[in-house]
Amino acid sequence: MAWFKKTRKPIEAQEKPSSRVPEGLWVKCPGCSQAIYNKDLAANMHVCPKCAHHFRVNATERLRLLFDGEWVEHDANLVSTDPLKFTDTKSYSSRLKASRAGTGLKDAVIVGSGTIDGIETVVAAQEYAFIGGSMGVVVGEKITRAVERALERRCPLIIVCCSGGARMMEGALSLMQMAKISGALARLDRARLPYIAVLTDPTTGGVSASFAMLGDLNIAEPKAQIGFAGPRVIEQTIKQKLPEGFQRSEFLLEKGQIDLVVDRREMKSVIARALRFMGATPGHPAATPAPAVAEPAAQA
Amino acid sequence: MPAETLDFEEPIAVLMKEIEALSMLPKTDARQSEIDSLKRRIDSIRGDLYRHLTPWQRVQVARHSNRPGLEDFIQRIFPNFVEIHGDRRFADDHAIMTGFAEYRGEPVLLVGHVKGRDTKEKIFRNFGYARPEGYRKALRAMKLAEKFDRPIVVFVDTPAAYPGIESEERGVAEAIAVNLREMMMLETPVIVIVSGEGGSGGALGIAIGDRILMQEFAIYSVIPPEGCAALVWRDSGKKAEAAEALKLTAPDLLGFKIIDEIISEPAGGAHTDHDAAARNVDTALGRALDEVRALDTQTRLNHRYDKFRNMGRLGFEFVEEL
Ligand SMILES: [Zn+2]
Repeated sequence: MAWFKKTRKPIEAQEKPSSRVPEGLWVKCPGCSQAIYNKDLAANMHVCPKCAHHFRVNATERLRLLFDGEWVEHDANLVSTDPLKFTDTKSYSSRLKASRAGTGLKDAVIVGSGTIDGIETVVAAQEYAFIGGSMGVVVGEKITRAVERALERRCPLIIVCCSGGARMMEGALSLMQMAKISGALARLDRARLPYIAVLTDPTTGGVSASFAMLGDLNIAEPKAQIGFAGPRVIEQTIKQKLPEGFQRSEFLLEKGQIDLVVDRREMKSVIARALRFMGATPGHPAATPAPAVAEPAAQA
Repeated sequence: MPAETLDFEEPIAVLMKEIEALSMLPKTDARQSEIDSLKRRIDSIRGDLYRHLTPWQRVQVARHSNRPGLEDFIQRIFPNFVEIHGDRRFADDHAIMTGFAEYRGEPVLLVGHVKGRDTKEKIFRNFGYARPEGYRKALRAMKLAEKFDRPIVVFVDTPAAYPGIESEERGVAEAIAVNLREMMMLETPVIVIVSGEGGSGGALGIAIGDRILMQEFAIYSVIPPEGCAALVWRDSGKKAEAAEALKLTAPDLLGFKIIDEIISEPAGGAHTDHDAAARNVDTALGRALDEVRALDTQTRLNHRYDKFRNMGRLGFEFVEEL
């Protein structure tokens, strides 16, 4: 497989226009209405220092927050061919073009490998600013390759989920990415390699019904919206209002659906401890010996 | 003759009314020959209509209340069915049915959505909208089949997984996700037949297999056309446009290699002739099962993996820009 490699300096891989944090010097926190100095917010991992409201951060920032230093990006240049030639009020190809210009990315996920507390790890982070973080063939392919890379390197995999679900404009092909990625995760699972899903706001639809819920640990950020069906669809179906906090991280934790809720400022430390528990150590990606079953045939 | 005619079958409905009126009158040879000629005319019109169905018309046919489903196929090609119930965790979901039966003299496990035909049944089956326990029941039964090395035949026909509070509370997303992962590794042949509505994740949650067959007028979609229309056109009335744009028909999906084969239907759709529809399903299923059963387990698993791995191919659905 022709992996495209590019080294990024994390210091330069900074704010993209996709960041939810406005360009101005000050930002008003939606949680506590306080004005926060932008630089303070950035220094605090985009978490409000007063009320701990988690601002949405872009995919590049996600990698920067998790990796120790530099990372190598993979498959950055895969682009959708718009296989359905989908057009609604606008053509999908023009939506793709606008999202590419707006984010500087070619699709809605970044995959990189680097180290987390010295442990070699593959990380995929979804980009919400790119058509709602939706999953089409490119996102499906990049994440599948990330899983296969972790399998090949015998190292842990982390996926930071941030997506409204499957990408409607790629039709059933998008739907099938759920199966494709879950299949690859089956092999990772059987190879006893660590996989941690980090669920951020929002993690819904087809992403929740595939890799987001398949981690050895499924860790959510506080108050993230996590669920399968859209709240409006549910309200229309049951003809009643949804309870306060429905489909939020804390609701899922209470219902036993996720393993833990972790503040972004603690996330890396918790992940590093989890990876150690799962047998990953610095220098030796995965201490767990390969199981006796035959390794799957390599992909063309 | 189906009780329900669809809106685009209006010319047929008119002729059927004429036949009905003629049948009420005293029988004469002349009247009988007129009735016969009207019937031939209906067959010919129906044949024409169904050769040129639009995507939206296919959606209507796929949702037809008389469309044969799992229970109809059980009656015709899977003798000695014994249903098993429940996920052993919470409840028995009635929108997904499973159990063992015989197929061509050999034991098989059957799994499928059931929508129900009359109002009472539809409510009992929750209109084919499965809850988490349905997906968990299905997987439990499939592991049973794996343990005893019996093939699995799946019939897919659901609008979607049930979008309700309890579905979310009990982890419908997790239930579907686990099925996707585990079905990929089942060490027994799995044949999936999309027989009606392949409604997004709710369909896919039991639809991983070695062969994906699809009946001619069935549909398979990431989102219902009405939902798509409401989302992008802000007008659910644009459902026909959405159905067109989503490429949800069997020929479209065959082109994308999402399905392996189209099972042809009787001229006016499967709902007009359950026996003929079942015969076609039988023929395709028998062949597919023989093919995958001939493979050793590891080869079969590798092929199953590769099939889904290749949905979205370099040079077709995506390219690498340099
Ligand atoms: Zn605040």
